[in-house]
Amino acid sequence: MADTVQTTTNSKTSGGTGQADGNPIAHFFRATEIDTRMLGMVGALLIIWVGFHILTGGLFLTPRNLWNLSVQTASVAVMATGMVLVIVTRNIDLSVGSILGFTGMIMGVMQARFLPEIFGFNHPAIWVIALACGLVVGGLIGTLHGLIIAFLGVPSFIVTLGGLLIWRGATWFVTSGQTVAPMDANFRLMGGGTEGSIGATWSWVVGVLACLAIIAAIINARRQRKRFHFPRRPIWAEYVLVALGCAIVLGAVSIANDYYWPVNIARRYAEANNIPWPEGGLFISQGIAIPVLMAIAVGIVMTFIATRLRFGRYVFAIGGNPEAAELAGIKTRWVTVKIFGLMGILCAIAAAISTARLNAATNAQGELDELYTIAAAVIGGTSLAGGMGSIAGAMLGALVMQSLQSGMVLLGIDTPFQRIVVGAVLVMAVWLDTVYRSRAK
Amino acid sequence: MTDQNTPLVEMKNISISFGGIHAVENASVDLFPGEVVALLGHNGAGKSTLIKILSGAYRRDGGDILINGETADIRNPRDAKKYGIETIYQTLAVADNVDAAANLYLGRELQTKWGTLDDVAMEANTREVMGRLNPNFKRFKEPVKALSGGQRQSVAIARAILFDARILIMDEPTAALGPQETAQVGDLIKQLKREGIGIFLISHDIHDVFDLADRVFVMKNGKVVGHARTDDVTKDEVLGMIILGKVPPGATPGPGAMKVA
Repeated sequence: MADTVQTTTNSKTSGGTGQADGNPIAHFFRATEIDTRMLGMVGALLIIWVGFHILTGGLFLTPRNLWNLSVQTASVAVMATGMVLVIVTRNIDLSVGSILGFTGMIMGVMQARFLPEIFGFNHPAIWVIALACGLVVGGLIGTLHGLIIAFLGVPSFIVTLGGLLIWRGATWFVTSGQTVAPMDANFRLMGGGTEGSIGATWSWVVGVLACLAIIAAIINARRQRKRFHFPRRPIWAEYVLVALGCAIVLGAVSIANDYYWPVNIARRYAEANNIPWPEGGLFISQGIAIPVLMAIAVGIVMTFIATRLRFGRYVFAIGGNPEAAELAGIKTRWVTVKIFGLMGILCAIAAAISTARLNAATNAQGELDELYTIAAAVIGGTSLAGGMGSIAGAMLGALVMQSLQSGMVLLGIDTPFQRIVVGAVLVMAVWLDTVYRSRAK
Repeated sequence: MTDQNTPLVEMKNISISFGGIHAVENASVDLFPGEVVALLGHNGAGKSTLIKILSGAYRRDGGDILINGETADIRNPRDAKKYGIETIYQTLAVADNVDAAANLYLGRELQTKWGTLDDVAMEANTREVMGRLNPNFKRFKEPVKALSGGQRQSVAIARAILFDARILIMDEPTAALGPQETAQVGDLIKQLKREGIGIFLISHDIHDVFDLADRVFVMKNGKVVGHARTDDVTKDEVLGMIILGKVPPGATPGPGAMKVA
């Protein structure tokens, strides 16, 4: 294998880009350096979407359903980004759903009971303090798990299994089982809904900024490669990537903007602002929901952490060969503690999204979320053997899971059967991945 | 080699035991700059354990380590690296799932002024170092898993010399390699020697290392049988040391030497 590569690469080009191949499709993917695995997932997602669209008689691929889908995915997607790092280092976190419940309850009690007594209802400081409390509590719980795993040597499976029970029980104790509602008006924006969306104008602003970022990233990457005389993609491939990226971003924005406020809310808004009710109805775009923006921001930050910082490099090195990482002088135990601390913080963010969306903090919040989060990460290509996984893949995995569920709800399939399908899909996805990987070798 | 200067490394009366078993007992070895010292012995003779104490993977129970004549405090792999000690392990301690550049810089990544990884600079340096070591090496973007044994070995060696190692420890450096790759590693060792680097070679197979080494230390049952210059002894005599613990006339006996009646 090594010899064939060495003989076929006669220029300065290396690895994947160097091999000449007549097949135009293979050539296209090699030139653009698109990850075919990721592409497979996108393909699977599209099949699911189109399939449900046909089965539901055109209900699935509507702006409204896609917008709802994006909001429903946000909470699990946020946690899945952290689960990738956990699983990459050959650990597991079964406690994320319970941490979500507990931090959600803490934030709920803070904003519904304690803080209004100090500031009065709906004071702008309330949501900030409540959220900060949640993040700190989540971070501390995660760090505690990490310390036990790294320094006391208890397997993560056991520590977080204990955490699953402990934090669920603790959630109950905060209010003796009572549901806390309603949430603070500003806090509620994190849950999406009509008010928790940024409207058409800002959505386009975000979209255009994202496009500019894509262009800047590609130009920068090309410049860096040029500076050190590395092989570059052909220029047409760069244009294709820019066009593809921008089309996806702007397409998503336009779909979000095609979902309008419900008639009743629009009518109330029109009355409140003395806008005459037009003949055909008033169309106000929802735009991108705030929880979706939060999830995307988390995804970008986590990708940055995983690929651009030492910490991320260590996470993957530990996953690939823990002994080698230790011998290379990496403080592997502290890396583990940080990963679990980060996971706790992400659970708190997810808790903020889900309590805000529900407009209540309940005992059962986040139950089974640990399994959906793990499933999302695994469907997204994270290997349970460690060392492999991507943040974007896990978020896409979360979208696949949510698409399945949402589609089945539209079809009127009963909850027990939904679970059967989701379980079967999980097993099948991992099997397909195994087949793909053994072929790739 | 006479004592014309202080040894680069001197390990004096090192002992370590695991659960009551003395893996290494009262062992002393030394190494001079630009010298290749082979550490020989059967599997389980304690040679790997002894050297892991030097590289910081194990903590000794007793004894001293002197680097350039000064007492060195080595408690973990990070300490060892501070003294310029680099180890290439038998198991080729590389992270399989990341590429060559990531492995070369593992634990000491270059960073940009923003605190992010400077991947481009790391890859550029990697290309330069690998170009010197193994000009055929072209697979910079692939995970190390995809490489052959010899290529992985050159990654491991490049990793050590990239950080200006003064003391290089190679544990069974050619065990996983074919004949051609073994010869390549041999050339590499000679090149590093010329640069004044002290090298410990650890092997259970005398043929692997006898021609490369200036001196041999033989261990048996956790003790040093003796040491000799390779010019003063034959391979058969060294084999006798390994198998029987019998010290030939050309060698200096150690605590583990067979008691001759």
